[in-house]
Amino acid sequence: MLSAACVEVDPRKRLDVSMAMVFFSGELQRFTGEEKTSVVALNYRELLGELHNKYPDLKNSEITEMAIAIDGEIVHEPLLELIPEAAELHFFHFIAGG
Amino acid sequence: MSEAKKFNFIGQRTIRPDGHDKVTGKANYAADLALPGMIWGKILRSPHAHAKILKLDTSKAEAMLGVMSVATFDDLPSVSNEAIQSGEGAIDSLDLGRNVLARDKVLYHGHAIAAIAAKTEAIAEKALELIDVEYEVLTPVLDLHEAMKADAPLLHEDMFTQGYPEQPEKPSNIAARHELKMGDVEAGFAEADVIVERDFVTPTVHQGYIEPHACTVSYNTEGQSMVWCSTQGHFDVRASTAKLLAMPLGNLKVIASEIGGGFGGKTTVYLEPIALILSRKSGRPVKMMMDRDEVFRASGPASAARLTVKVGGKKDGTITAMQTSIAYEAGAFKGSPAMIGGMTAFTPYNCANVYCETFDVVVNKPKVAAYRAPGAPQAEFGAEMAVSELAEKLGIDPVDLRLQNAAKEGTQTVYGPKLKAVGLVECLEAAKNSPHYKTELKEGEGRGIASGFWFNIGGQSSVTINMNPDGTGTIVEGSPDIGGSRASMQMMAAEELGIPLNDLKPIIGDTESIPYNQSTGGSRTTFATGMAVIEAAQDVVQQLKERAASLWNVTPDQVEWRDGSAINTAGEGQMTCAEICAKCEKTGGQISGTGNVNARGAGPSFAVHVCDTKVDMETGKVDVIRYTAIQDAGKAIHPSYVEGQFQGGAAQGIGWALNEEYVYNDDGVMENAGFLDYRIPLASDLPMIDTIIVEVPNNFHPYGVRGVGESGIIPPLAAVGYAVGDAIGANVSELPCSPPRVLKLIQEKG
Repeated sequence: MLSAACVEVDPRKRLDVSMAMVFFSGELQRFTGEEKTSVVALNYRELLGELHNKYPDLKNSEITEMAIAIDGEIVHEPLLELIPEAAELHFFHFIAGG
Repeated sequence: MSEAKKFNFIGQRTIRPDGHDKVTGKANYAADLALPGMIWGKILRSPHAHAKILKLDTSKAEAMLGVMSVATFDDLPSVSNEAIQSGEGAIDSLDLGRNVLARDKVLYHGHAIAAIAAKTEAIAEKALELIDVEYEVLTPVLDLHEAMKADAPLLHEDMFTQGYPEQPEKPSNIAARHELKMGDVEAGFAEADVIVERDFVTPTVHQGYIEPHACTVSYNTEGQSMVWCSTQGHFDVRASTAKLLAMPLGNLKVIASEIGGGFGGKTTVYLEPIALILSRKSGRPVKMMMDRDEVFRASGPASAARLTVKVGGKKDGTITAMQTSIAYEAGAFKGSPAMIGGMTAFTPYNCANVYCETFDVVVNKPKVAAYRAPGAPQAEFGAEMAVSELAEKLGIDPVDLRLQNAAKEGTQTVYGPKLKAVGLVECLEAAKNSPHYKTELKEGEGRGIASGFWFNIGGQSSVTINMNPDGTGTIVEGSPDIGGSRASMQMMAAEELGIPLNDLKPIIGDTESIPYNQSTGGSRTTFATGMAVIEAAQDVVQQLKERAASLWNVTPDQVEWRDGSAINTAGEGQMTCAEICAKCEKTGGQISGTGNVNARGAGPSFAVHVCDTKVDMETGKVDVIRYTAIQDAGKAIHPSYVEGQFQGGAAQGIGWALNEEYVYNDDGVMENAGFLDYRIPLASDLPMIDTIIVEVPNNFHPYGVRGVGESGIIPPLAAVGYAVGDAIGANVSELPCSPPRVLKLIQEKG
């Protein structure tokens, strides 16, 4: 008998998986030409890959150096982040402080 | 976080563990260390604000008796364009190297050119006079307007403005342009019944920390070199210094001394790489200290700024659009917090239509450094002045207008995410209900209200708690204690462990004795390092339960931890922390807890300040006669230190608003590089600053903490500025409101 894990379908192929919505800052809109887009991605690396595929000019932006807000929670080092279903995602510049 | 949680220590006003040493002079600051064989380093600084270095000859100085070594830019073995983190964010390491020691150009008066180490300070100073430098003097660029002109003299011939769709064809002093937008501002302004549009100017100001930069170093060619310095982040000192000197991180140990103020200004390096070069070349330990003049001329101040702000509102009080164009001085190298200004300017407002354009501009002044909420005070000054004027023109109480449009949970910010739970509404309501706000103004007095927003950050912190056989413990943290954080760490550990406060000693570990910690900055320490303390203490509690369980021959889950003791729930028995620790050798050895966090979920902190002023109409002198600072702390771990942060931020902001400014002559020489002429507020200049702590918990922290160190400096600029304008019946558009400037406004008004 197959285990549950073995029969689980890749979420990207499931019709019931909600897509994350990526909102672009004014700076990034120069490279995307639009304010937002929907993306199916399981994690941050997939997200970046999807965005770069969709908007090749993003390679000229600083998006890989940016922090990301996932449903309002700011993540400065997002490399290993998972993307929840139907998440709202915002890229912006790293914030430090004094 | 459980709202019903009862605390034993959190929220108490305990005695700070480092207080006795500081008030009795026993605490060791960076300049206090002396090592055997130590020599003294001094720096030759540029007499010009902008010049090419045609010749740099140190041979006569090197030949002088008593001179042990000389350093110039050529001694920095490895400088590339890689980014290094500092208080303002990342800084280009080539720029950092060229700021530490000028390469081919000097870019501000006081720019370091070369350094000498000698057996005495006097010899080192004399030897500086023997260094032969030839300059080609260039026209300095000292003003944002001038710097941004297409034909302005260029600081960097290879700098092209970033942020336009196409790279410009010609180099520029504008390093970067950014744009933030939300909704449709033109449509928003079309909806407005009243529009306010004004230009604002804020000056270059310094953090004004009392202790100048200082370090003592010892280079070891065979092993580990040491740096002892005054810093907000010794791990970042290690990273920057090692990068510039091409050293493996493990070969450099940095010890953070006690620190006499930083406020963001001690998040980068000036002396440490130079001192290590001098030590390496001389084979001796080297001490270097800036004097106050050098601190002003050559360490990083906060950006001067120019901004245009436009806000529109309907008669019913709805703010329909907010727009600003912001230019910030970066100093000699790119990297001002202009974009942060754009991100923060209008965040206190729930406005659908927002547009911000920001410019990062280089000028012939010292490279700016972080200063409490870097970038926010300047932009929010303009925004808050404009909102107060809008309220006046709409005939609406300024607190009511802010309440009607206040940002709250779910409000969309222009920089991206929607806000989580925040306490701006609660702060505004507290302001409105305060005795201060209910006090009627007398003839000749004026009142200003302003809000302030700062993000706050989390980040990496590591803590170890080592328990001793007598049940006492040492909390080893890596966040230099600027504002009393050791007390907060002690309280949080005691809260988890349930043992007396004084049984726990908090210390700041060096870069070898504790894992990596980000700097003390961004209002992150009580939040993030506090989370690491809680995690480490919980780790200790778990180990104490396991040891007790082994002694009782039960399982750990049959042991409860209550008020500092283990309780055997499977039978009879109770053991105190001290009793368990006394047996640790027989039950497995040392009990040590660790906490390593990369904390996220930092809760923004909003502040609201109310200021009343009285102006001498004959001299223009402003007296602040009442002042109240209200701020959301999430949960105040130590209320006295929270109030101290509110008051400290307010005092610095009042100084920024009233008197502080760098005054340059036409040659780019600062003319007031000392505390007699650069006037920070004295105790006699200030009224008692009343405080109100608002507590809207941050649900991402176990106790609900939000950072409180930065938001408090933001509102004073507009609260004071508007109060001055209200008192004299004129619009204030430029800071500081120093007597000559206020008198001019009075005279212009007639």
